[in-house]
Amino acid sequence: MITGEGLSLRRGGRALLRDVSVQLAAGEVLAVVGPNGAGKSTLLRLLCGDLRPDAGVVLAEGRALPAWRPLDLARRRAVMTQHANLAFPMSARAVVGLGRLPWHGHPGSARDEEAVREAMARAGVLPLAARAYATLSGGEQQRVQLARALAQLDGAPRPAALLLDEPTASLDVAHRVALLRILRELAGEGLAVMVILHDLNEAAIGADRVLMLRDGAVAGQGSVAEVLDPPRLREVYGLDFRRLPDGLVMPDYGAALGP
Amino acid sequence: MAAGVDGIGGTGLALRAPARAVPLAAGLLLASLLAAVLLGPARVSPAGFLAVVADLLGLAPLPAEFAGDRAILSVVRAPRALMGALIGAGLACAGAVMQGLFRNPLADPGLIGVSSGAALMAAAGIVFGGGLMGSRAGLLGLWLLPLLAFAGGLGATFLIARLAMREGSVGVANLLLAGIGVNALCVAGLGLLVAIADDRQARDINFWLLGSLAGARWVHLPVLLALVGLPCLGLLRLARPLNALMLGEREAFHLGVQVETAKRVAVVLAAVAVAAGVAFSGIIAFIGLLVPHLVRMAVGAEHRIVLPCAGLLGGALLVAADLVARSLAAPAELPVGVVTALLGAPFFLLLLRRQSA
Repeated sequence: MITGEGLSLRRGGRALLRDVSVQLAAGEVLAVVGPNGAGKSTLLRLLCGDLRPDAGVVLAEGRALPAWRPLDLARRRAVMTQHANLAFPMSARAVVGLGRLPWHGHPGSARDEEAVREAMARAGVLPLAARAYATLSGGEQQRVQLARALAQLDGAPRPAALLLDEPTASLDVAHRVALLRILRELAGEGLAVMVILHDLNEAAIGADRVLMLRDGAVAGQGSVAEVLDPPRLREVYGLDFRRLPDGLVMPDYGAALGP
Repeated sequence: MAAGVDGIGGTGLALRAPARAVPLAAGLLLASLLAAVLLGPARVSPAGFLAVVADLLGLAPLPAEFAGDRAILSVVRAPRALMGALIGAGLACAGAVMQGLFRNPLADPGLIGVSSGAALMAAAGIVFGGGLMGSRAGLLGLWLLPLLAFAGGLGATFLIARLAMREGSVGVANLLLAGIGVNALCVAGLGLLVAIADDRQARDINFWLLGSLAGARWVHLPVLLALVGLPCLGLLRLARPLNALMLGEREAFHLGVQVETAKRVAVVLAAVAVAAGVAFSGIIAFIGLLVPHLVRMAVGAEHRIVLPCAGLLGGALLVAADLVARSLAAPAELPVGVVTALLGAPFFLLLLRRQSA
């Protein structure tokens, strides 16, 4: 659905991204992992059209991003950013309702209402609907933003894509698992999903493929087992890792912390 | 669950917006217009009003006893009330759009330099133009001063927008900073002009800075209709992008909004509507900043409702304030900008208290 080829971006004399190629395929969850400052969010911003690369090209359905009308693009790709602050007080439900903006010609059509309701139910935020968004906890706000992105893609033609920047950051462990399950379901419905994650094990259980970045360059791309491999992880994170069953990995905390 | 969620005060950006709010605001504007035409230091009876209306519509000839009423109504009060409605609508609508654009409830059209630029040029006209054009009540007062003020307002906005431009995009933070700088320059220039002005000129400048609708004539109205009314209609169409902008500029783009275009259209239309308004009335405080606030407190954040309501209420408030301004100390007039603040601010504070309680 979305392809980045040879993407490079420099800002202030520093290379944020160097020759990164990536493909978001329909029916697949791609996890992007890597240390802080590796260029994960920059890559996401290039792929959704916020930033233009200095070199390389981003294609959506084979067409370069700048050639897309923003509205047409919004009807087949939704983005969940890290921190969304509201300019004015709104209810959680109203925030989710904004996800219908690319669709509704007429405010409050039954179709929009239904999409909002379904998205909130799926993200588990229906009980928060009437609450003021600003009074929600960080994790609750993230789930509301997820619902907004889901509402945006309701009824989207295929292929369509969902890009998420650290959606699990403020979530408790149960909601993290729930979110990863939702992403899997969405891939099952034919969506291309790209998700930035910090927890390598969330990538291991949630993703079909993993892209690992380090200093703005690709440090590994492929299946979970290929990329989340202790020698490679040692190179990228500078830590010893131990393999656990089911493709999970664990840092060797004892060795890292010393005696 | 979904139903009934939208009614909660202040926090509802409803998919199904409170549709009654717009007719209600329109009713308030009509009521204020009616009051402004009927009331004032010189009394006009409802019978006189009806007779004049019937005459104007060609329904019945005017009885001789109402000839004086006709002059008061159609020559003095009607153009003044309509001018107030248009200017107030422009200020409030532009204010609501600026707040949405800057994502800040404290933004007002003054931020993009319209008011200070207009004030600087108007003061220059008063100080240097008097000798050129004869009395202020003549051609100077009727057209030259508004023209200068209009040009000053637009010029300052244009300058600020140019200064805020980086790599072909107008950053909102840059716009704010450039606005502060240009506004400071304009205010300094204004101070210089006041310092070199004679007493009468200084009084004229001061009067202009506090706002007045006393100069209203029928000939002004087509101009205002074109330069305030049309931009307002354009601003109403920005409701959708402004709704998206509540989430942030990036998020608005993700929702399919052409953010850069929306920003430019918003700044240009708001600048024209406000510059044209203050060109005829002078600076009018409070409306652009607090009317949109008031509306949001009452109906929530949905711009499809906020923008028309702000326009209608802004018009209603200015018309009502002008009625008070010319009635309270008759035959003298108070500056209408002072009255808008005196009327609006306590009401606003009351709402604020009630909401935080």
